[in-house]
Amino acid sequence: MAKHYIPNSAHKEEMLKEIGFSSIEDLFADVPKGFIKEFNLPEGKSEYEVFLEMNEILSKNKTVLEMPSFLGAGTYFHYIPAHVKYLIERSEFLTSYTPYQAEISQGMLQALFEYQSLIAELVGLPVVNASMYDWGSAMAEAALMTVRLHRGKRKKFVVPKHTHPERMQVLKTYAKGPGVEVITVKWNEKGQVDIEDLKEKVKDAAGVYVEIPNFFGLLEEEIEEIGKIAHEAGAYFVVGVDPTILGIVEAPGELGADIVVGEASYFGNPMNFGGPRAGIFAVRNDPKLIRQMPGRLIGMTKDAEGKRAFVMTLQTREQHIRRAKATSNICSNEALVAVAAAIHIATLGPRGIKELGEVILKNTAYLKKRLSEVAELPFDGVNFKDVLVRFEKPYPEIHNELLKRNIHGGYYVKPHFPELGESALFAATETTRKEWVDALMDALREVL
Amino acid sequence: MFRQAKWDEPLIFELSHPGRVGYTLPKPIEDVDVKIPEKLRRKSPLNLPEVSEPEVVKHYTRLSEMNYGVDSGIYPLGSCTMKYNPKINEELATHPKVAFLHPYQDERTVQGALKIMWELEQWLKEITGMDRFTLQPAAGANGEFTGVMIIKAYHLDKGETQRTEMLVPDSAHGTNPASAAMAGFKVIEIPSNENGTVDLEALENAVSERTAGLMLTNPNTLGIFEDEILEIAKIVHKAGGLLYYDGANLNAVLGKIRPGDMGFDIVHLNLHKTFSTPHGGGGPGAGPVGVKDFLKDYLPVPLVSYDEENDRYYLDYNVPKSIGKVKELFGNFSVLVRALTYLKIMGRDGLKEVSEVAVLNANYLTQKLKGTRGYELPHKELRKHEVVFSAEPMRRDTGVKALDVAKRLLDFGMHAPTIYFPLIVHEALMIEPTETATKEELDAYVEALKKISEEAYTNPEVVKSAPHNTAVRRVDDVLAAKKPIITWKMYKELKEKGEVDY
Repeated sequence: MAKHYIPNSAHKEEMLKEIGFSSIEDLFADVPKGFIKEFNLPEGKSEYEVFLEMNEILSKNKTVLEMPSFLGAGTYFHYIPAHVKYLIERSEFLTSYTPYQAEISQGMLQALFEYQSLIAELVGLPVVNASMYDWGSAMAEAALMTVRLHRGKRKKFVVPKHTHPERMQVLKTYAKGPGVEVITVKWNEKGQVDIEDLKEKVKDAAGVYVEIPNFFGLLEEEIEEIGKIAHEAGAYFVVGVDPTILGIVEAPGELGADIVVGEASYFGNPMNFGGPRAGIFAVRNDPKLIRQMPGRLIGMTKDAEGKRAFVMTLQTREQHIRRAKATSNICSNEALVAVAAAIHIATLGPRGIKELGEVILKNTAYLKKRLSEVAELPFDGVNFKDVLVRFEKPYPEIHNELLKRNIHGGYYVKPHFPELGESALFAATETTRKEWVDALMDALREVL
Repeated sequence: MFRQAKWDEPLIFELSHPGRVGYTLPKPIEDVDVKIPEKLRRKSPLNLPEVSEPEVVKHYTRLSEMNYGVDSGIYPLGSCTMKYNPKINEELATHPKVAFLHPYQDERTVQGALKIMWELEQWLKEITGMDRFTLQPAAGANGEFTGVMIIKAYHLDKGETQRTEMLVPDSAHGTNPASAAMAGFKVIEIPSNENGTVDLEALENAVSERTAGLMLTNPNTLGIFEDEILEIAKIVHKAGGLLYYDGANLNAVLGKIRPGDMGFDIVHLNLHKTFSTPHGGGGPGAGPVGVKDFLKDYLPVPLVSYDEENDRYYLDYNVPKSIGKVKELFGNFSVLVRALTYLKIMGRDGLKEVSEVAVLNANYLTQKLKGTRGYELPHKELRKHEVVFSAEPMRRDTGVKALDVAKRLLDFGMHAPTIYFPLIVHEALMIEPTETATKEELDAYVEALKKISEEAYTNPEVVKSAPHNTAVRRVDDVLAAKKPIITWKMYKELKEKGEVDY
């Protein structure tokens, strides 16, 4: 049976005849014998049957709407204003390709220019690309970029040992290509970068990386100092940031960052089981940095009538022009995710961004206070979203008991950092409810 | 005649009015007093727009109206396949049971998500003839990087450290050499022969004990099937290299021919090309990578596995020689949901029908356009999913270039083909109608290209000054590169200095 959306299934004979072929097989005459075969796949089904089948499969998922969750560790449940979804699902956005023809793609180009602009204001650097795959890929490419900026004469990239494990793993894979050496710095008793250890390891580094907040959810108080140490050693300073904090924390660009990376999808995009996301990539307005940056850039220009217009620009850095000499292989990026983030940020405005940061900060502090009633908090400091909690019992046991009570506990940290013992990260955002925390506390009291 | 919306829409920053808000936020649980350390507290102003919700909605609605998508009309970008995306995919991909899932949830609470990934892998395995897939890569190029890193790991594991060269045909996508270079390989370009396929002699001369692999797409970017593929595979394998399949052009052979049967060891697919996922203006996509059995231990972690005895899906981190991770977490999950939905509806016969009609449409267009003054059809006539014409005669005769042809097509309400690619064809026009174009659309496209040829030879100015009917007139990309304005922040500074008048 012809599939419902393929129009010319109804005209095959007629079209073949018009162009002088007698059968579809003739169109595959150049394929060597034996290659064409019948696949062992199920028959197609009606849209309704697949709708039912997929719903049945999806029903086996239990979402954070059905079960209070304290999971964070790099992925957070934020509320997205309803209009964001409706706008990015407008099919002219949703079903368009990379804007190779600028004149017919002004909507997407301007929306991406606005994304770049909004992120620039948040991070405090004026040049932002149209997105990387995620924070991890942005950070990994930043590492490669700092090595290129040193023309390969420096190959060390210095990162805190307590960098998010997902990102660390992506960085390590990317580093294997050009042979970048990833050097880790210890954390101190406050769960922040050990400055003395950094000073020892920074020599000959191409770049130094730090996160706001760090993997333990803590603000690194010595960001500026770390930047100075990096710069004095001749290294570039790369800051990774959760942008939802930037209403209350100084822009990394103002704190000395040369490159800022981070996760844009925390705005405007649901968790989606971890993807799609969108990596932030921003640099200082320095031609040397701009020439070496990865990814697509949307620029403002004018059209033949002198009217303002938008276009993809500085493409000579990119793979479709420079091929093997490109700054990166990134081609498809996460444009729609970036546009959703832009719409959300624009909706919040300066006051909303600040308020969002404050509500998360306070909710985190509340969760932390309550957790301290029943467990040990290894680090003291200012937490944003994540809080590290150490238990005496094996955490997986506690986790199971919480699940039985329809509560999803935190993220088990021991597999990545065994030295931290039976610890887990519990997280709050603006979506966290008091009833959830109360239920968690009741459950923990029973379990511990 | 086509007329695109022209809204002269200001930037969102220019719509700002102090005091307007577009949001509501919940109050904090408790007004805990917590202070950001002085040296970290934000002191620099947050220059963000202050707009109300209806303004945001109208602004982005207007922008969308100045954008062209697959749902707007024909979009025959060669090698950047854009086909119709059934709306059911969207409905399921944005389902709350997808949206509200945290990736670190206990496996017992995400059995549906894991089943979707596992089922998708089974389909992709059969479609490609590969034995195991990772769904982690976020895009085709991310998949290519994954693939070449696997090739690298494989050779290093065998102690063959001298295999530092990656072979790439001169007709290849730019991402191939870029991905190989990122993985640390030296890129060796293999020329094409007069048929537009890999030159076997040049390949024989290029392979050596330094060869890590050959990256190939079949059919290639000219839309031509590499009919000597078994010979190519033999040459590469004999030299100890691996054969990598760039799946960007799988549309032509979907449901009929498997890369695995052609001798390929490793494959990446573009779910956003072949499996009907909308491309969102540049992403998200997804670029799963499949390998033959002997390479499965090198795949990124985690893989999705199924424990039949307990009927449970689980994330398997036990991949002994894994290259690590190429992206955080498990990939672009909602894109995977779209792909599986599509596959289930199409089924075995539907997929085959897709490639057959795509190939029919490409050849129909080829034959109808062939012989039109100004356009030349280089290489073989029989094409697969796409065809590359050269506008070189037109440029020579009239000064009208491929770029002008592309811009003029926009005036007809049709998206332009890919231009100036592959690099081996002068003034290239690469057209891929896909299976979703109707016969009437194909006829109209051919008519438009013929009309443009006529214009080029009688009134070339109308083509050179195109487009005329779009939201803006021809965009000055030289100025954009000469005076980069990447953000509002940069724009304001230049505007204050009086350096821009737009």
